[in-house]
Amino acid sequence: MLDLHGYGPRLLEGAGVTLQLALLSLLLAVVLGLITASAKMSRSWLAHRTATLYTTVIRGVPDLVLMMLLFFGGQIGVNMITDWLYYQFDIDIFININEFVAGVVTIGLIFGAYMGETFRGAFMAVDHGQIEAGKAYGMSNSLVFRRIRFPQMMRHALPGLSNNWMVLLKTTALVSVIGLSDMVRVASEASKATREPFTFMIVVALIYLLIASVSEWIFIRLQKRYDIGYGEAD
Amino acid sequence: MAATPIPLEVRNIKKRFGDTEVLKGLSLQAHKGDVITLIGASGSGKSTFLRCMNLLEQPDEGDLYVHGEEIRFKNTRRGREPADWKQVVQMRAKLSMVFQSFNLWAHMTLLENIIEAPIHVLGKPKKEAIEHAHALLERVGLTARANAYPAQMSGGQQQRGAIARALAMDPEVMLFDEPTSALDPELVGDVLNVMHGLAEEGRTMVVVTHEMGFARDVSSQVIYLHEGMVEEAGPPEELIGNPQSPRLQQFLAPKY
Repeated sequence: MLDLHGYGPRLLEGAGVTLQLALLSLLLAVVLGLITASAKMSRSWLAHRTATLYTTVIRGVPDLVLMMLLFFGGQIGVNMITDWLYYQFDIDIFININEFVAGVVTIGLIFGAYMGETFRGAFMAVDHGQIEAGKAYGMSNSLVFRRIRFPQMMRHALPGLSNNWMVLLKTTALVSVIGLSDMVRVASEASKATREPFTFMIVVALIYLLIASVSEWIFIRLQKRYDIGYGEAD
Repeated sequence: MAATPIPLEVRNIKKRFGDTEVLKGLSLQAHKGDVITLIGASGSGKSTFLRCMNLLEQPDEGDLYVHGEEIRFKNTRRGREPADWKQVVQMRAKLSMVFQSFNLWAHMTLLENIIEAPIHVLGKPKKEAIEHAHALLERVGLTARANAYPAQMSGGQQQRGAIARALAMDPEVMLFDEPTSALDPELVGDVLNVMHGLAEEGRTMVVVTHEMGFARDVSSQVIYLHEGMVEEAGPPEELIGNPQSPRLQQFLAPKY
């Protein structure tokens, strides 16, 4: 069997960090994605433009560059503000950007843009007659959204959503560059100390694969749930 | 005699799509128990007119009264819009619509379709809504299909189910938008029978249809539209039995 030289518990802790980071980022990305999709479909010029700017910037800049920009650039920005507060008003505060929060925000922001496109396509795939029927029966816009648009949209969004989630999960490996002790960072430290990189990387790979397989199983269940009523062939 | 409010009245409805004026000032009064059928060639504006009645289309001009209450409008940059969407939502709950393509909600069973709006829009207790739904299903002959999804039902069954969904709202007026046009010929009869029964029990209905037999036998008034205007209107025995305008004569002439 694999000899982990006593790094087992730390690797597990790292896996916990990876999973938490991924799930919280996913939550943020889904919320941002829904907002972005609504903004892109709205009749408001400003909302539409803002959302387009957001997706264009995010999708056009590498994830790693964005992460470093947000983490280091964000810290510089925060420092400038706190310095200014100190000189102007003698208010002395120090804010340190937490790596975990920075990771969640960055990954959430990145994948919010992709989710936005996934959701927009899915919303547009819902048959307009289904929505009209809701309106014709006296449903308010929010009721139509909750009872008809959202459940019918999810059916179209799930394949894209599951794809985004798999990519998101693997993107969490990037947070090791900003110093967060996720699974990849623990493994690379262990590799250097023991000079057995293969041992640790294979373990990391297997854990990622395990999380991915469980996710896939969950997505298949979800797809079945949202496919209810659409027949086998569709 | 105390004036009971007219369930549905529209006055001088005008609507344009781009440069084309599709409705050129149409009016209609549906008194309690009236069955008004709108007939006309495709493109005559009859479906658009019906959709203006529950504001699925926004008329550019004209007034709308539901149960005596005037729907208020305001002018915005985008054109004329209802001043108060809450009022529109309440108004729509009093008018049930039956669509050409049924539009039963695909992710719900037939029973769930029927209880959806009564529970979430009217605030009816679930148990009561389900009891009512079963009675309606029996009435349209679909008791056995309560737990079927729309995709598992034939077109005729879906449309009868959609009528049950409309009835579940206890509507003041039922709007039918070509309810049999998407059906196979052998399924049309069942749907027309259900509608016939509704007319007999005194339901107020506005029906856009190509079924001249239905228009002749069931309606209290027939309106023939041509290019967004009323070409001829009157009781069916006059309008269909003895059409005056040459256009209507040609429209009613046997095609084969």
